This record gives sequence, structure tokens and C-alpha cells, in this order.
Amino acid sequence: MKRTIPLAITFIVGVVLIVSKFIPHMPFGTLGEDFSVYFDIIATFAFILGGGNLLKVHADTIYRQRSGWGYSAICLIGFFITMVIGLLKFGAVNGRIVVGWPGDWKGDIADPAIWFSSIYEYVFKPLAATMFALLAFYVASASYRAFRAKNVEATVLLVASFIILLGRTFIGKAVSFWVPINRPGPDIPRLAEWVMDYPTRAGQRAIMIGIALGIVATSLKIILGIDRTYLGVEEEK
Amino acid sequence: MGKIYDKIRNLDRRVVFLFIALAVIIPLLYAVRFPEFPTPMAKGVFDHIERMPEGSRVLISFDYDPASEPELEPMAIAWMRHCSIKKFKIYIMALWPLGQNMAQGAIKRVILKDFPNYKYGIDYVNIGYKSGGQGVINVILTDFEKLYPVDVTNRPLKSFPLFKEANSLKSMDLIINISAGTPGLKEWIQFGSDPAGTPIIGGSTAVQAPQLYPYHPKQILGLLGGLKAAAEYEKLLGDKYPQYSDVKLNKGRMRMGAQAIAHIVIMAFIIIGNLTFFIDRARGAKKG
Amino acid sequence: MTKKSLIVFILAVATPVLLMAETPDLASGAQQSEVVQTQQAAPSQTSLAEQQAPAFTPVPAGNVKAYDTPDDGGGSASVEWTSPPKDAAKHLVSFEILRADSPTAEYSQVGIVSSSDTSYADSSTQDKKDYWYKVVAVYSVDSTSFKAESEAVGPVRSKGQWFDKKKGYFGVLILLISVAIIYYIEIIKAGKKTFIRRIAGLEAIDEAIGRATEMGKPIIFVPGIMDMNDVQTVAAIIVLGRIAKTIAEYDAKLLVPTSHSLVMTTAKETVREAYTTAGRPDAYSDDIVTYLTDEQFGYVAGINGIMVREKPATCLYLGSFYAESLILAEVGNSIGAIQIAGTAQPAQLPFFIAACDYTLIGEELFAASAYLSMEPRQLGSLKGQDVGKAIAMLVIMLGTLAATIAVFGVGWAQKIVDFLTEKVFAAI
Repeated sequence: MKRTIPLAITFIVGVVLIVSKFIPHMPFGTLGEDFSVYFDIIATFAFILGGGNLLKVHADTIYRQRSGWGYSAICLIGFFITMVIGLLKFGAVNGRIVVGWPGDWKGDIADPAIWFSSIYEYVFKPLAATMFALLAFYVASASYRAFRAKNVEATVLLVASFIILLGRTFIGKAVSFWVPINRPGPDIPRLAEWVMDYPTRAGQRAIMIGIALGIVATSLKIILGIDRTYLGVEEEK
Repeated sequence: MGKIYDKIRNLDRRVVFLFIALAVIIPLLYAVRFPEFPTPMAKGVFDHIERMPEGSRVLISFDYDPASEPELEPMAIAWMRHCSIKKFKIYIMALWPLGQNMAQGAIKRVILKDFPNYKYGIDYVNIGYKSGGQGVINVILTDFEKLYPVDVTNRPLKSFPLFKEANSLKSMDLIINISAGTPGLKEWIQFGSDPAGTPIIGGSTAVQAPQLYPYHPKQILGLLGGLKAAAEYEKLLGDKYPQYSDVKLNKGRMRMGAQAIAHIVIMAFIIIGNLTFFIDRARGAKKG
Repeated sequence: MTKKSLIVFILAVATPVLLMAETPDLASGAQQSEVVQTQQAAPSQTSLAEQQAPAFTPVPAGNVKAYDTPDDGGGSASVEWTSPPKDAAKHLVSFEILRADSPTAEYSQVGIVSSSDTSYADSSTQDKKDYWYKVVAVYSVDSTSFKAESEAVGPVRSKGQWFDKKKGYFGVLILLISVAIIYYIEIIKAGKKTFIRRIAGLEAIDEAIGRATEMGKPIIFVPGIMDMNDVQTVAAIIVLGRIAKTIAEYDAKLLVPTSHSLVMTTAKETVREAYTTAGRPDAYSDDIVTYLTDEQFGYVAGINGIMVREKPATCLYLGSFYAESLILAEVGNSIGAIQIAGTAQPAQLPFFIAACDYTLIGEELFAASAYLSMEPRQLGSLKGQDVGKAIAMLVIMLGTLAATIAVFGVGWAQKIVDFLTEKVFAAI
């Protein structure tokens, strides 16, 4: 029973959704979108489990004073402050602190007067931008380590990377001495565009075709119950 | 000499990080700028918008978040400016939750600041964010009001003259999508532009651009990939409309100086790494 | 279960494709009766200017047709027309589409399109109800507005279709690939031997787990940043189940930080079952799978913290990744871990290839579960995928050749190109 019901649900829903792609008539026509919405609803309720797990793990770390428990404390403090400020809509009206800004709970959560919006603007945004900016450093260290001309393919990769690095900046135009600087022509930026337009595009397309076939095969295995590990169900021998 | 060579051979990654930090900070602090030479792709996008008549209906979707704001905001601002200068009717929305904030920021920086004659509801409107990704596009393909009964100010859509003229994606003359991932340009092409027969122009991060080039030119009129393309567009805009020619008004162009220097530093490290690799290989061959 | 489900599956998918052979006659017949065409009618001219208007005779839209929108779920009728001649069209501003329930009833506007459009889909109709349409051409001459109304066309009745004919060829393709996959599953189950090429990344997994066990350090498995509705995440969880069994047998420590609650619950069930199957239910702990945050960079910051503190010997990144991929890989490299990555996000593959020891490229992620289990049914699906690739290669070669020949004006080659682009791939 524990094994059969989830497999039966997977099979029925999978087949129905595939068939509904070809049948515009209601109720099949909008089934795909409806199921997306059902998934979003389930995922939203499931957040309670995730949030609960987060609280449990960090509270346990603090309680047992494991290494790094200070970070867990910061995590929980941040969690509760953001939750309380957001849920209660703390804000300022004429210098007074109000709950349910602007008093009738109808204020736009993105309004600058609401403290939640300040947390977004002055804490979340800079942190997100900082993490993204780390990529600049990691690209440099990864390039330094990885772009070595060990063999023919690695050399081709190295040359292509140089063309793109130069072509994506003014330097590419400046070093293309064979083309006057103010004229269009077969300069390094143009070569960089060619690399993106032809070999890169062809490679991307080939990978995407393979991925699409992989998705078809995996989806089929899941629908037919051949792959059932994700259900936490033992495989059929 | 040998010690120096060993240090270079086993270069600590933190040295690389330090040089990159300096390569980005110094050009930004000292406003190092380089001339921009727009590519045919950027010119194509610019010319298409330039050719459109006054009053054209343009939908701009802000599908990015603060993480990609430094890369995508310059092109978003440039497009808002261009559309406002050309007196288009601008319909603003977002498929990412934080895209709505990005949109508000762009409206504040462009329309409210430079175009005081632009009237909300008559010349532009912001209908905000709705969850559902491609599901949203599927619905607004035929009717905005089915999913957006009100705008961000909680007023019914039907009260705006803009929605009396056009009530669906099919009524738009152009879609402009600035996207950093999913849902984004791919979804707009597949579920919006193609079924509606409405042309689309896109802006994406440089990393995403190779995946989107296959759609050009049949399914997408043009694509601005990354900060360089944004800087090229700003240059074209500044050349045509002198009020935007000052580099200080164009964040893309301001940041390109740092990008150029950073690229040179990365190339220098790659060359150093290859030199040490070849020297070691030659030494190993001698011993062997 | 597999044979029965195979039969049901083929019937369920094949039935709509077989219906395609029957529906065209009905649809075209019905469509003919529903397409109502108007002759070029005398313009009904309405001048809205009260002052002396410039001399201009507005011309209505011509050849107005209205019909049930094909290949849809109902609730939509389409109206088509031709633009007025050039002389008049230069003053054209827009077209208004009017609708009424009977030819003599009052018409109300249902849509407005720009002057360059020649069609409109009215998606506010009720099925099985008759409608009549008119198209009004709106002109502007010296700030004076002129309108010219076409004759009414109708009755048009919208209805839903039971099969989207545009997707017929797409359905045939999917059916072919699915049948090939199922065929190979069955023949390999029956005992036929098959050759599968080596994938270095998958062969290294056992070695990587062994390394972590010897060093007494944990293994971190990151299942991507998307939710369970992404097939890459499902593929990653399937692989997690297989790897967790090996880890349980080796008695190594496993850490699985997740970014979505549903992924967390699924991963917990999968890992618990894997430990039980390996005979080590006592070794399972709820702390193996934890939830960090949904936010992309918060998630990767959390994983980086875990990696720097716990110093895993092996890092496995399998699933859907975006910009955070390089951050993960570089931090993993900095702690000296062996890294195996796999993703079907083409934009992130270069970062993983540059920074990780082994990378599963695109479909290799989906093949991982077959490789790790070496079950005949799983291997059969890999062979079936190869059939799909063969079809793709044939079509690409045929299309490229035809398109090249068509450049020289060869008619049959152009027909092949048109068939492929407008019929076969139009709906994909």
C-alpha cells in the first residue's frame, strides 16, 4: 500500500499531464498550469517543515554549544526579527512607530516607510549583491588554475577565452591594429561575436538536445515506476 | 630567483583576489573610462526602438533581483529612458518577486526624475509582480485583467486609459524583457512573443546570453548580453540624445572601465600560470 | 506493473495521435461552415468632426472572416481581414473589433488592435453561442477621426477542440522516442547485452566515497537550488538514494543541505530508505538532511560555511544550479575536496568543468542513476535515448542539406525546409 499508492498517483498524473498537452479542450487545456499552482500551494505549506527544521537545527547547536553556535544565534535572531517586522508591518507614521502600517494594515509592503522594506534595502540587497560579486574573484582564481595549454583542446579553449576576454572590452578594439579604430571590420570584438554566434551556439544546441532527451527518459522512468528511489520506496528487483 | 619562481608557481589564491579587488576598485574610484564601439547587435536593438512611432505600446518585464542588478540595471534604465524619450506607452510588470522592486527603482530614477510630464495610467503603468512564471504569460497573452485586476496602487486596470487601448499581450507593439534566469527571456519567447506575434527584445546576464543566442534573429529581434552590451546601448542613446551623453549618467559605461582592467588582470594571471606550466614541463623533460 | 503500465501508457499517448487521422475532415468541414466571408461592402462612413472636415473617404477593412479559433480549448473566436489600400492605409490608426449576439443587436467593442494587425482573437466568447462581428477601421486625418465599418459576419460559434493538430508531429516524435526507450528496456531485461560508454565522473563516485571514509571526513551532497518540480532535482534525489546506500555501507558521514522544504522532506525519505536497505537504519539521523534557505545566495553562503567548518573530503553537486555554481566549486577546491558536479544547465557547465575534478554534462546527470545501479531496465532507457539522438541527427542533417540546396532555388528542397519549420517544429 505504502509503495503502490504513490506509484499509482505518479503514473496517473504523469499520463494525464502528457495527454493534456495535446488536448486543448477543457478540462485538459489548463491542467498543466493548474497542477503548477497546486504544486506552489503545497510548497508554500511545506515551508512550515523547512522553517521548523531550520529552527530545530540551530536551536540544537546553540543548546549544545557546538562550534559555530554564535552564527546559529545570529541566524535565529535575524529570522525572528524579519518575521515579526514583516508580519506585523512595523513602520513609521509622522515619527511614531505603528504596527500594521499605516495603521489599517493596507500599506504596500514595499513602501519605504515600512521597516521590512528597510531590511530588504539595507541588509538583503547588499548581501545578495556581495555574494554575486564574489564571482568576480572566483572567476579569476578558477581561470588561473584551469586555463593551462595541456593539450590541443585545452589550447583551443585558452585561445577562445582570450578572444572573449579581449573582445568584451575596449582593449579588443584597441589591439585590433588591422582595422581602423572608428570603422567596423573583422576586429577582435567581431571575432568574439563570431565565437559566441557559431561554435558556442552549436555546442549549446547539441547539449540542449541531449538534455531534452535525458529529461524524456527520466520522466518516463519516473512515470512508469522504474525509478522510484525519490519516493523513499525500495526498488523492484 | 628560484624562490620567486616557486612563489609564483604556488601562488596563493588570495593574491589573485587582491589583484582583482584592486583592478576593480581603482578604476571605479578614479573613473577610468574607455570609448565604446557598439556592435551590430546593440545597434540593431537601438534602431528598432528608434524606428517605432510615438505612442507605441511597450511592455517591459523586470525579471531579475538585487544580485544581478549591477549587471542588468544599466540596460533597464537605458531602455526606460529610450521608451520615455520616444513617448511610448509603457506597461511595466515583473515575474520575479524582487523584480517589482527593481521596476519601482527604475521608475523613480527615470520617469519620475526626468519625465515629469509622463502621467501614470495614461503614459505608463506598473501592474507589478504575480507568481506563476510562464503561467502568468499564458494568461496575459489574451487578457491582462484575468490575472491583474488591479495595479500596484490597488486601482482597477480598467480605470486606466492605457488598458482601454490594449488589454492583452497581443495588443503590444514590443516586449522588452530583462532577465537573470528562470522565469525569463526563454519563457517570454516561447509563451509570450511567439504565440502573440509580438516582437521581443531581451537583456540578460553575460553568462545566460549564449543560451539565448539560438533564438536570434527569428524569435528575438535582439539581445543585450551583459554589462558590455548595456554600455554600448548607453553610448548609442547618448549619441542620439545628448542629454544622456554624460558618462556619469550611465552606470554601464562607468563600470566598463573596471571590467576592462579586470579582464587584463585575469589574462595576465592566465599567462603567468601557463608560463610556469611550460617551464615545469620543460624542466621535467630535461630531467627525464 | 511495468508491462501493464507500458500498454496503458502507449494507448494513452497513441490515441490522440490516431485521432489526428480522423479530426481533420471534421474540423475542416466544420471550419468551412463556420468561416463566413463578407464581400467588399459599401463603406458606412461616420465622420466625427463637426467642423469642416478634410476631404477623405474612409475605406473599411476588406475580406473580413470570422471563425472558431482552431486548436484551442474553446471560448475564442478569430477575426481576420485585409488592410485597406495604401492610399487610405497611411492614415490608418487602429482597428476596432465589434461583436453582437445577433446581426441586428447593438454591437459592443471587444478589442482594438494597431493598424499593422490583420487579425484578432476574441477570447471572451461563450461556447455554443452565436456571435456576429464587425471590423471598424479608424483613421486620423488632420486631427479628425474617421471610421469605416465593415459588414457584419456571422454566425460564429466557438468550441473547444479535442486535439491540437499543430502538435501532431510533435506527438509522433515523442511517441517514437518513448516506444524506443520502452522497447530497449524490455529487450535488455530479457537478457540482451549492451555497450555503455564509460563516464569518468560516475566511476569516480565510489573512489570519492572511499577517500572520505579513510580520511574520516564527511561527504556533502548538494541537490541544486530548484524545487521538486524540476526534473534535475528529481534526478539528483534519485542519485542521492543510490549514493546514500553506498555511504551507509562504508559507514561514512553524509551531509545534505537543501534549499526547499519539499526537497528536504523527499531527501529525508530517500536517505532513510537507503540506510535501511543497506542494513544500517541505526546510522541514519535526521540531521543528515537539513534545510537552509530558499534564497539563492543565502543557500550558497550557508553551504560554504558548512564546507569551511566541516571540511568534507568529497563534494557532490548534482542538480540544477545557477550563478552560485562557481562559488560552491571554488570553495570546495580551497578546502582540498574531491568534487564531482552534474547539471543540465548549459550556462553553468563551463564553471563546473573549470573548477571541479569531474563533471557530468547535461544528459549524463540523467544517466547517472542507470550507471550507478547497472539495472537492465535503467540501461535500456539509455539505449532508447540514443534512438532519440539518432532521430535528431538525421533531421538536422536532412534540414541543413535541404536548406543549403534551397538557397539555389530548388523547389523540393524548399518544401522540405517549410515542412520541417512550419509543420514539424512549429508547435515545439
